[in-house]
Amino acid sequence: MIQYSWLIPAMPALAYVLITIFTKRSRVLSASISVLTMTACFGLSVGVLLDLLKLDPANRLVTFGATWLQISPWQANVGVLIDPLSVNMLLIVTFISLLVQIYSLGYMHDDERFSTYYSYLSLFTSSMLLLVVSNNYLQIFVGWELVGLCSYLLIGFWYFKPEAANAAKKAFVVNRIGDMGFLMGVVTIGMVFQTFDFAQVKVLVAQGLANHTLASGYVAGIAILLFCGAVGKSAQFPLHVWLPDAMEGPTPVSALIHAATMVAAGVYMVARTYNLFSADPMSMTIVAWVGGFTAIFAASIALAQDDIKRILAYSTLSQLGYMIMSLGVGGYTSGMFHLTTHACFKALLFLGSGSVIHSLHEQNIWKMGGLWKKMKITTWTFAIGTLAIAGIPPLAGFFSKDAILEAVRDSTIWHHEILYYAAVFTAFLTAFYMFRLFFVVFTGEARDKHSFDHAHESPISMTGPLMLLAFLSVVVGWLNWPGVDAYSKFVYYGDLHLDGATSFIQLLTQSWLSIVVATAGITLSAFFYYWKIFSSEKVATTFKPLYLLLKNKYYFDEFYGWIVDNILFALSTVLKWFDDEVVDDGMVDGTGWVARKMGGLLSLTQTGYVQNYALVVFGAVAVIFLLVSF
Amino acid sequence: MNNIPLVHFLYLAAILFGVGMFGVLARKNAISVLMGIELMLNAVNINFLAFARYWNWNSLTGPVFVVFVITIAAAEAAVALAIIISIYRHLHTANVDDAHFLRG
Repeated sequence: MIQYSWLIPAMPALAYVLITIFTKRSRVLSASISVLTMTACFGLSVGVLLDLLKLDPANRLVTFGATWLQISPWQANVGVLIDPLSVNMLLIVTFISLLVQIYSLGYMHDDERFSTYYSYLSLFTSSMLLLVVSNNYLQIFVGWELVGLCSYLLIGFWYFKPEAANAAKKAFVVNRIGDMGFLMGVVTIGMVFQTFDFAQVKVLVAQGLANHTLASGYVAGIAILLFCGAVGKSAQFPLHVWLPDAMEGPTPVSALIHAATMVAAGVYMVARTYNLFSADPMSMTIVAWVGGFTAIFAASIALAQDDIKRILAYSTLSQLGYMIMSLGVGGYTSGMFHLTTHACFKALLFLGSGSVIHSLHEQNIWKMGGLWKKMKITTWTFAIGTLAIAGIPPLAGFFSKDAILEAVRDSTIWHHEILYYAAVFTAFLTAFYMFRLFFVVFTGEARDKHSFDHAHESPISMTGPLMLLAFLSVVVGWLNWPGVDAYSKFVYYGDLHLDGATSFIQLLTQSWLSIVVATAGITLSAFFYYWKIFSSEKVATTFKPLYLLLKNKYYFDEFYGWIVDNILFALSTVLKWFDDEVVDDGMVDGTGWVARKMGGLLSLTQTGYVQNYALVVFGAVAVIFLLVSF
Repeated sequence: MNNIPLVHFLYLAAILFGVGMFGVLARKNAISVLMGIELMLNAVNINFLAFARYWNWNSLTGPVFVVFVITIAAAEAAVALAIIISIYRHLHTANVDDAHFLRG
């Protein structure tokens, strides 16, 4: 099967072309093409996984490719690299994308541009798969940019809404900033190593570091440039601002962006180029701290948000921070494991919130309430997702999050103990704000009678994926059941490293702290929003400045707006003056002026008197004759 | 004829060429200019024949060249006269200085 793995990104791309050119008029045909190709991709990914498992664990790596461009001395290849990491991503992306596409059958049913929507989804998934299977830095960059483009198209899918159009632009522009660094990193790699191939670069870096021809600080510089791209794509601080705004797109798209494609790309890229990052402690420290800071920073913002999708968006930021931090402290397996489990429960949560929005046409959680009476399946599945993200054993989030906390605790990175406490506190905040969301939306009494009366359970095309994802959100974590450790034995970097626990009870005792903080967060949340013993309004008014700070997301949008308005525009004014006065008037017009004047001078010789010309001709002949004779 | 030296032919040709060149460069009437050109061509013809005579009378290269020059001179005169007539119809003059439309 592995030799057919190139079809995995190729098929959805073909589906995009087919839908765009031929089947735009037929909604049924477009959706079926898209869903069927995605089913085939998922099937093929499972086949690739089974093939890979047959290989010896030490050399589970298959790569092949072809030349794309030959520009001496560089060669741009297009190829496929199949190893546990990419298979892991292939399964996540194809599976989540398949569920999102099925879910969209119900969610987008009334949309006029239904076929276009499916063509974009196919292209989006195809780009992400192209990125995932890439065997070189150039191809990963191509996929990376295509993902950015598709996110722009999908976030701005309802482009007639100004907020959606602005959010799409914002996502695109913010990503450009990060991608600039990524591109510089890729070009530097090409210049230093004369190749873009992952495997070759890995060998060259190892050789260079071993015989001291390559400074580790230099590799760290390249790694940090690449990390800029990951900061943009995975929405890490300080380029996190685009992700919450990306909520303006259709909710299934948010699920896709947050769970499987786009934001996972940054984490995946860091894992893929891990040999560059692990070469020097400096790059690792930066990665870990950016991730750790984003985790706690985003979690604190999520405490004070009112929009159901925004809360989920900040939780995604926070969980992505966990993954990045995990990679930074050397927890390669735990970071990727959290990516996997997070894909399941975050897709579940987003699709669940989509189900709520679909039924109420409302996104403010304070206008919801008591939905468990009307939407049984959504409530139950959402509860499972919330428990999973809060890290309650034995759900998926517990295993991966605890592995990350352990990795941070045991790491040797600069001030890792601060990171550890920040991560534990983030776990507490996560449990708190996620259950705040759950209690406010699903329990208690309806706050808005009118929309509540209209509320109804969603169709099976939507609840089906929810139930499947809820099931997975419970069991995916069991891949790393203590003593079994199937995931850790599959995806790892360097030497196989297993944590000490050999039984579930032992794991529970080892990780008592994370269970305690999660339970504490849920209990506190219940005090506030379920039993309403404490009043959240009172807390908000008592700590008003803090509340406003969180509610306004630390004023980062305003801060960036101020930078653009003042610094960037001032700079632009200077540049515009330079362009107008020096470039346009001086250089462009000056060139024309010189040419015109020179022409004017030369045109004086063109008298129009034919006898002048004859005189010149004869004179010239005479001169030549004289020159030749003497 | 053999007692006329070659150089005399060349003198005659040079004088004729000079007269023709003067006509081309100095005369204002287009017809005169054309006549000057004809004189120059004929000066060249004389040179051709003179050299042919004194160098190798058996070679026909010189005389044949002269025949070509005469033919082309006739064709050229026809074209030139047509242009002059056309200019005259436009400008009501045959003065070459008045036809300077291509002045830069």
